[in-house]
Amino acid sequence: MVVLVVLVGGWYYVTYGVLTETRRFLLRPVHKVIEVGFLDGGNRTDALEALWSSTRVAFIGLVIAICIGFSLAILMSQAKFFERAIFPYVVVVQAMPILAIVPLIVFWFGTGQQARVIVCVIISLFPLVANTLHGLQSAEQGMHDLFTLHHASRSVRLRKLMFPAALPFIFTGLRISAGLSVIGAIVGDFFFARGDIGIGQLLRRHANQLNGEELLAAVILSSGLGVTVFLVFGVIRDRAVGRWHEATSGRS
Amino acid sequence: MYRGKSLPTDPVETHSGSLAFEAIGMTFPDGTEALREISFSLGKSEFVTVVGPSGCGKSTLLRIASGLLEPTAGSVDIDRERLGYVFQDATLLPWRTVQGNVELFAELHGIPPDERRLLARETIDLVGLQGFEGHYPKSLSGGMRMRCSLARSLTLKPPVFLFDEPFGAVDEITREHLNDETQQLFQQEGFAGLFITHSISEAVFMSTRVLVMSARPGLIVAEFEVPFDYPRPPELRFDPAFAELCGQVSHELRGYHS
Repeated sequence: MVVLVVLVGGWYYVTYGVLTETRRFLLRPVHKVIEVGFLDGGNRTDALEALWSSTRVAFIGLVIAICIGFSLAILMSQAKFFERAIFPYVVVVQAMPILAIVPLIVFWFGTGQQARVIVCVIISLFPLVANTLHGLQSAEQGMHDLFTLHHASRSVRLRKLMFPAALPFIFTGLRISAGLSVIGAIVGDFFFARGDIGIGQLLRRHANQLNGEELLAAVILSSGLGVTVFLVFGVIRDRAVGRWHEATSGRS
Repeated sequence: MYRGKSLPTDPVETHSGSLAFEAIGMTFPDGTEALREISFSLGKSEFVTVVGPSGCGKSTLLRIASGLLEPTAGSVDIDRERLGYVFQDATLLPWRTVQGNVELFAELHGIPPDERRLLARETIDLVGLQGFEGHYPKSLSGGMRMRCSLARSLTLKPPVFLFDEPFGAVDEITREHLNDETQQLFQQEGFAGLFITHSISEAVFMSTRVLVMSARPGLIVAEFEVPFDYPRPPELRFDPAFAELCGQVSHELRGYHS
């Protein structure tokens, strides 16, 4: 809270103290940003529509990344062979700068909704795969021994031992990936600049038109979306594993 | 999918069983000879403890008995269908409550929910954890976790019960309590017990027989019959005869310890 006051204070100081009248358009005062960016009817409708569009893209991308990520992680957890065969490629996908493949995505999938979703999937896949796999492998040897002693099948072992043990890790991955997916949605929209107007296109438009207030409002909106997603997944994690997991309990 | 067999319903059938090691040898791939020529057997309703220095291969012996490890020589005669086995660590699943943890083995053996709930209730009472059914392992003390682990194995009404130094990590007072209780459980439940420890008084207090093992390679170097009647009162620990037997075991152990 103190930090927030300092930040807003600093903002005002830069606007009125540092910038001269003619250069004040570079950083508009806070109340103007709120007034024009969020309270103005037309701008607000635009912003909310863009927010909704980006949220939808990020969500769909995340769901697809979860499906692919879980499947890959489960497959790799079943045999070292799969892990050695697949994991390097997951790392390659992770290491590729998203900018480098944007042209390729446009080339293959065009610039529509689908293309943005693909950006989200690519950008958010790695933390899901890596954390889920690590989680599935996190159950202690002693616990595996128990399941071996009582002749548990592969699927029983997966469902009753490996999966529950992986949950805290899965939620950590989800939290990171959800934030990345939001970034993916905005970045995709920004570069493709076609189709439904999302936060990315909103940013681009206001930047081109030098609409200082609206631009800052869009920036706040995008980080707000990222933060909300981060918090929501934190709450979900605490609900799901907080009761038993040592590290997450008492931290909510 | 293998579901395991459900428990026989005839209660007379449940508590009979024994274990025999025939010239067990174990050499690990790195060349370490952990066990050499181990032969002994465990009669019904016998409680045998193996004492030995750390690293002498005691735990390896239990892993072989349970089938988790194949010996490189010799054979084991044992019915592993409803084997009781507690590890040094309680190995409770942290996401399950006491009740859920105690039900686990029965669940893995395909026993229906109603039945296993009852079985769990019974054994939770047996180990004195009633009232803690809804607790998660993280809120239990070390001793309580071990009790929970014992209860989990007891649901199977095991004919043979392997104990791999289960009370090594708890404090002395708790350990004595757990020894009293284990010895009572042995009496009531009538399993054949094979217990591994490096605590001599623990060994003598609970067992019908104590075997002394040497290290590298692990072999049985001495055997003691423990003459005291069950149930053994806690005060037995102050009995001169008890102290003398402990001294003899200790002497044997020391001889192979340096």
